[in-house]
Amino acid sequence: MCRHNFVIDLLVRNHAGVMSQITGLFSRRNFNLEGIVCGPVGDGGESRMILTVAEDSKLEQIMLQLEKLYDVLEFKQVQNHPLTEVFGRL
Amino acid sequence: MEISGAKLVIKLLEQQGIDIVCGIPGGSNLPIYDALRDSSIKHILARHEQGAGFIAQGMARTTGKAAVCMGTSGPGVTNLLTAIADARLDSIPVVAITGQVTSTLIGTDAFQEVDTYGLTIPITKHNFLVQSAEDLLEIIPEAFRLAESGRPGPVVVDIPKDVQKEIIEIAEISTAPAQKAEIAAGDSELIKKAVEMIHKSRRPIIYAGGGCVAADASADLLKFARRNSIPVVTTLMGLGAFPHGDPNYLGMLGMHGSRSTNMVMEEADLIIALGVRFDDRAVGKATEFCKHADILHVDIDRSEIGKIKSSNLSINGDVGQVLHELVEKVEASIRIGWSARIASIRMMYPDVRPDEQDTFHPLNLIRVMGETLPDDAIITTDVGQHQMWVAQGYPFRKPRTLLTSGGLGTMGFGLPNAIGAALAKPEKKVVCVSGDGSILMNIQELATLAEQRLNVKVLIMNNNRLGLVRQQQDLFFEERFFASSFESNPDFASIARGFGITSFDLGEQENPELFLRKVLGQDGPCVINIPINFENKVLPMVPPECANREMIGG
Repeated sequence: MCRHNFVIDLLVRNHAGVMSQITGLFSRRNFNLEGIVCGPVGDGGESRMILTVAEDSKLEQIMLQLEKLYDVLEFKQVQNHPLTEVFGRL
Repeated sequence: MEISGAKLVIKLLEQQGIDIVCGIPGGSNLPIYDALRDSSIKHILARHEQGAGFIAQGMARTTGKAAVCMGTSGPGVTNLLTAIADARLDSIPVVAITGQVTSTLIGTDAFQEVDTYGLTIPITKHNFLVQSAEDLLEIIPEAFRLAESGRPGPVVVDIPKDVQKEIIEIAEISTAPAQKAEIAAGDSELIKKAVEMIHKSRRPIIYAGGGCVAADASADLLKFARRNSIPVVTTLMGLGAFPHGDPNYLGMLGMHGSRSTNMVMEEADLIIALGVRFDDRAVGKATEFCKHADILHVDIDRSEIGKIKSSNLSINGDVGQVLHELVEKVEASIRIGWSARIASIRMMYPDVRPDEQDTFHPLNLIRVMGETLPDDAIITTDVGQHQMWVAQGYPFRKPRTLLTSGGLGTMGFGLPNAIGAALAKPEKKVVCVSGDGSILMNIQELATLAEQRLNVKVLIMNNNRLGLVRQQQDLFFEERFFASSFESNPDFASIARGFGITSFDLGEQENPELFLRKVLGQDGPCVINIPINFENKVLPMVPPECANREMIGG
């Protein structure tokens, strides 16, 4: 049973490399990214990126690292996000 | 005015106050080089891009300001990667400006095309792929701001050739110096709590790292430690942040630190961790590190706090600002009991010194260096036994006088960093201590050194071995030596002469010690090959994955 219990909601700069910046951080730190949904917002200069991850001991560190990224403009943790249910049914 | 992207890059570098850049031209960065030709910026032609990256690091490490290296697309970039990754791990501000193939060719596997952006994501603080010449106006100043602000680090700016050639219309570029980023002060309530913690502590120790150097916090660190009589240990990156010889100084901790230093730390009740990241080489087995002590952690990077070791109190801010506050707020104290206890631990575990008659023992050679060179001489090292002997034996008294690859541990670091240091501080003496394994990894930069006639001495501790590898095979692989001995090793003095650099073999001198003192006192470049015994070990040592109290040897 996959656990998508933890949701991170990011507002990021929208450019060709931003997805690599975010996913690269997860692979670089050997942390599993369970799910990802992304799309442009507003005039397309920014994107919203919603990540689901399993809660474990590395989570705090990965959040601190995400917050540091230049392309991450806003950062939120969300409880009971509707997407967790969608991912659960994949 | 009309300007090309390439000229704009150079103008923006001038605006940042850059007067030296180092690199190698190639197909994809030729427009930038063409623009550089007309600039007052001095260009240092390295002989390998890794050398260029490390020369830039040498300038950045000695000045604290961002330095620039350049390379062309493809192999120019892949050659730079090691120096960039090295700068990332040691938090060194470097801006790498790389040429990229023309935008329309990106993704077509064009000649000398490589995914610079993708390759540099995990090893930079941030990276940019420039889409238009106009974007340079924002990206270049931003690259410098990012490289120098907060926790410093390398930034890559990848510029496609068509962007370099693009002509745009811009207003006059301001010549006003770039605005400095604000320095993050620590929370005053937390500082108050920290002061209480320090006052309550009976056996505090300051554990100071590279962050104290980066924050130019040495003067306040000294005042703080003296005012409250708190002993200080430093990491490898922190060497020089606190003056060797000060009664409060206990030396370097960790894998190759002094036994007494590691043992004193075991008895502390408070660790004041300043600009450190609890690296495994410094703390040994993290769960065993200073188990009985509270930890007060101050760091500019929020993600370092709690990464390896949780702290009882943490302050996220510039360690220089926090120290400045601590100096003001902490009471004077003499801590008689603690200093007596430390003195007795140091008596119990005296530093092991080689016989002074053993002239060619590296620690004796380094002692001679320390006696001969002025306090502000800059020492660079490569990586291996010689690096640890320098860390153990050289009396660093000022910050930014030791340039060493602490985090990445890159062999080949020493010579180009020495060149960079000498370019940034031409009036200072610069000595690169290397080994016969390491020096070969960037020996081509002897050509750059000869060309620039810089004040750099290169000492090669030559044991015909990868000495630290051999030492580990000896201690932890039951003496099964393999691939750690060179069956053929070049005559380094002849090689240096071939590059046009004065050179000597210390083994051939009648009075080696006197000769070494004499050469170190002279100006200009010089290479000295020093034959050393391959059986010398770096001791004492904490075996990998052991607690710091479990030191062996020495």
